[in-house]
Amino acid sequence: MGTNRRARSRPRFVSSEDFCRKLRRKDTLGGMIEENLLLILVGLPFAAAIAASTVRATAHGAAAWVSGLLLAVGLAILALLHAPISDGQVLRATLRWVPSLGLNLTFRMDGFVWLFVALVFAIGILVLVYARYYLSKADPVPRFYAFLMAFTGAMVGMLMSGNILMLVVFWELTSILSFLLIGYWHQGQAARDGARMALIVTGLGGLCLLVAMLILGQIVGSYDLDRVLAAGDVVQADPLYPLVLGLFLLGCFTKSAQMPFHFWLPGAMAAPTPVSAFLHSATMVKAGVFLLVRFFPVLGETDLWFYAVTGTGMLTLVLGSVIALFRHDLKGLLAYSTISHLGLITALAGIGSNGAILAAIFHIVNHAVFKASLFMAAGIIDHETGTRDMRRLSGLIRFMPVTGALAIVASAAMAGVPLLNGFISKEMFFAEAADWHNGTWLDNSLPYLATIAGIFAVAYSLRFIATVFFGPEATDLPKVPHEPPSLMRRPVELLVLVCLVVGILPGLTLGPTLNLAAQSVLGADLPYKDIAIWHGFNLPLVMSLVALGAGVALYAALGGRIATGPEGPPLLHRLRAQRVFERILLSLTWKLPRLVHRTFGTERLQPQLRLIVLLTIAAGFATLWGSLRQAPSPLATGFNPAFALMWAVGAVCAVGAAWLAKYHRFASVVLLGGAGLVTCLTFAWASAPDLAVTQLLVEIVTTVLLLLGLRWLPKRREEIEEDKLLPARIRRARDFVIAVVGGAGLAGVAYVMLTWPLIPNVGDWFLRNAYSEGGGTNVVNVILVDFRAFDTFGEITVLAIVGVTVFALLRRFRPAPESIMLDEEQAGLDDRTVADALLVPSVIMRWMFPVMIVLAAYLFFRGHDLPGGGFAAGVTVSVAFLLQYLAHDVRWVEARLTVLPIRWMGIGLLIAGATGVGAFLFGYPFLTMHAQYVDVPLIGQVPAATALIFDAGVFALVVGATVLMLIAIAHQSLRTTRMRERDSADTSEKEAA
Amino acid sequence: MTTVLWLALTWAQIALGLAACLAAYRIAVGPRAQDRVLGLDALYIATMLLFIVTGMRLGTPFLFEAALVIAIGGFVGTVSLAKFLLRGEVIE
Repeated sequence: MGTNRRARSRPRFVSSEDFCRKLRRKDTLGGMIEENLLLILVGLPFAAAIAASTVRATAHGAAAWVSGLLLAVGLAILALLHAPISDGQVLRATLRWVPSLGLNLTFRMDGFVWLFVALVFAIGILVLVYARYYLSKADPVPRFYAFLMAFTGAMVGMLMSGNILMLVVFWELTSILSFLLIGYWHQGQAARDGARMALIVTGLGGLCLLVAMLILGQIVGSYDLDRVLAAGDVVQADPLYPLVLGLFLLGCFTKSAQMPFHFWLPGAMAAPTPVSAFLHSATMVKAGVFLLVRFFPVLGETDLWFYAVTGTGMLTLVLGSVIALFRHDLKGLLAYSTISHLGLITALAGIGSNGAILAAIFHIVNHAVFKASLFMAAGIIDHETGTRDMRRLSGLIRFMPVTGALAIVASAAMAGVPLLNGFISKEMFFAEAADWHNGTWLDNSLPYLATIAGIFAVAYSLRFIATVFFGPEATDLPKVPHEPPSLMRRPVELLVLVCLVVGILPGLTLGPTLNLAAQSVLGADLPYKDIAIWHGFNLPLVMSLVALGAGVALYAALGGRIATGPEGPPLLHRLRAQRVFERILLSLTWKLPRLVHRTFGTERLQPQLRLIVLLTIAAGFATLWGSLRQAPSPLATGFNPAFALMWAVGAVCAVGAAWLAKYHRFASVVLLGGAGLVTCLTFAWASAPDLAVTQLLVEIVTTVLLLLGLRWLPKRREEIEEDKLLPARIRRARDFVIAVVGGAGLAGVAYVMLTWPLIPNVGDWFLRNAYSEGGGTNVVNVILVDFRAFDTFGEITVLAIVGVTVFALLRRFRPAPESIMLDEEQAGLDDRTVADALLVPSVIMRWMFPVMIVLAAYLFFRGHDLPGGGFAAGVTVSVAFLLQYLAHDVRWVEARLTVLPIRWMGIGLLIAGATGVGAFLFGYPFLTMHAQYVDVPLIGQVPAATALIFDAGVFALVVGATVLMLIAIAHQSLRTTRMRERDSADTSEKEAA
Repeated sequence: MTTVLWLALTWAQIALGLAACLAAYRIAVGPRAQDRVLGLDALYIATMLLFIVTGMRLGTPFLFEAALVIAIGGFVGTVSLAKFLLRGEVIE
């Protein structure tokens, strides 16, 4: 005897040692610092998001300052990290998360990532400054800045993930935050539609990417990015390579808005302009091309890669630039231009030579710089004039000369005019396109396609400048235009300055960083490539000059006609990807489900039930047929005549219940009672006395419950002729056969299970350990309240929910008028009350109340050691309550006995939960039980397990739930009586009048 | 256990089983609803006794509980059925 205390045998997830060691140690102190800096870098934007979400809704300055300062700290950290990065080091930091699944929060940073993260932070700060003046006073601030900062964190996390699964998680996070930011002005229909479309397209792409990463991880044998990057040969030799590549590219193309998934990006322009500048031109849409470049060593350099990636990229490049020329919306033009430039970068990743990868990285940076500034300029124009329609805007250079000058320089960079950054990377692209690679048709057509795209790029850039800033002064603008606040312009100025500096001195400014980035993608032995403006009079320069000249000519020829034409290029504008998407969405979410439902579904209950039962029977026979034949013959296991007789009784009752169920429901209920009784007897016979006790109690309550419900079912209507005809008889006979087969099958399975010779199974462990571990000898009860207490906790919670649901459903139930009518039995009874009609029985039943409570107490207290327990005791108490309701009418009982079922249930749940939580106080896991004996005077040693308290919770909850359901149904009769009284009062009033 | 006791208990079991069969016949055939209710009550009694006899034969005290539960609570079903027949409502 004495105490015994134990810790449940659960897997230990985190021990204190692990917790201390969660940061992977390195040899040098410097390494430690860098690790921590990496983690801080990822955490900073999220910290900013939390901080920004707590400011007041109007605190524009505070939110912008907090976010901006934290991002500035991030930039400072990046500056610190530049030294080891430029040595060619790869920094790593690991947070152990779920080691058993190989899922760690690993972050890594090399030159490529460094460049990208720096871009995100730098443009992030500029966007914050811009947004500070862009948002109107009425816009809620915390939501905007919190989302924007959380997006920054997700983006940085995606870039720095060292684990490809974590990468997908952060990737999805950027999609979700993009959704929230596009829908920031959720009052507008366009914003909601655009947000939803963006989420569906990028979300589906993210799903494809996840599958691709899972397969990739299986092929490589690790989800660690470094190991995946080093396993290119293994992956490309694998038969699953085409599948992985296809799914991976779907993920990248949807995110980077490649045709035919580009349509979400113009829709996303409903977002506030800072968001468009940050997410939809500079950073998030670059995530796809980032991954293309990053995974080029693993998946690239095959024919499949070349055709898929370069083909899609070139298609997007050309079509994007053509469509951009014909858009009337300022941001629409920029969006299609972005799509086109993303296509350019994709095509470079597809070509995949050393120079192409370098050019791709370079163009990522350049495009981010000039396109962000252009978006900001477009936002300023929208902000100050009130419209973005290029057909209305005109001659703005007179009102806003500085903004105009900035926009002209940025557009020139976009068009690829020499001495600006866009020119150099575009020149590098032309060089790669013109270069001979593999001689295929696609490769041969590259230079021509590139030049065509270049022509259109020049034309749309020219259109942007010429229509908006030049020409006659606009007359019908919603506002009188003027220069924006100087701080709103400052980010644009800075970005345009970068365009100029990089364009004039590319080798000095970005050259080393770009080479470092390319090296970290392609390998450290990559030769240093000098980036210069002047390479001599060569083919790329000719292509550039042709593009410039032809582009100007194209705009001169077409310019006047574009403004009067439809939104989109000739012929092509009829085919709108957005429309196609919406049509597909409509048929998938509305038409198709309804079609399937009409074809295969039925709203009639009977066919549904019949199908379920038939399928269950078929499945049961299919799985059990073989194993049941090995079962011992029923006669071999000791035949007992009395038992056989009782089973015969049970079988007759069950079959009879099925036979009479249609027209004699009352008889059917009685027969069900008989069948249930035999079931209880069988349990007792098969050495499960406590199960028999519980089942008996449940049987009693069930009979009453069925009778309560029976009152509301309609009577048989003899006048329905079809019921007596042959088809109806055949139908009923078929259902009867199904019922008998199902019931007999289940009885057979139960019998075999009960008589099967015992083999070692999981039950033995419980039998051995019930007393030593749980301190009880009733194994069933110990399992319920100790070993499996968590399951029981869940089950009683469900019971509580069911109880409350039944109550809520019945609260508003109004009986049908025909069931208010008096039955013929009642009609003969004149107005005697129950107490009069059942005087003697009701007295006996009243006296049974204390007896039953004693029985319940008896069952409850010995439950831990002998048959009984909280559940059985709870049902017993509710039977006792029920009996009082039977003996008298509801009003009589409720005047004397106050049962508050909801409170019983709540307290029960609380007790059970508190017992579980109590284990925490002693340092044990949730629901650890403690068992000991205490000396009670006069009685002696009494077992006192904490499981008993838990059981008390179960008890209270069962009482509450059972009583709640019974009373809820019983009150319906009360309601009927009231309605009937009102009706008769009405009629007597009418007679009197 | 003596042979006489064994024989007596075995016969008692069989006899109670037969009684249960007769009660079941009444439940199944009727003819009136009241007959069925009475049949169920008789079945309950027979089962209760069968629990006790079986407990004696197996030498276990645990089946006594089940008999106790039937003795105390078994009539609740009969009462509710009877009340349904008498008054058309179980709880009013």
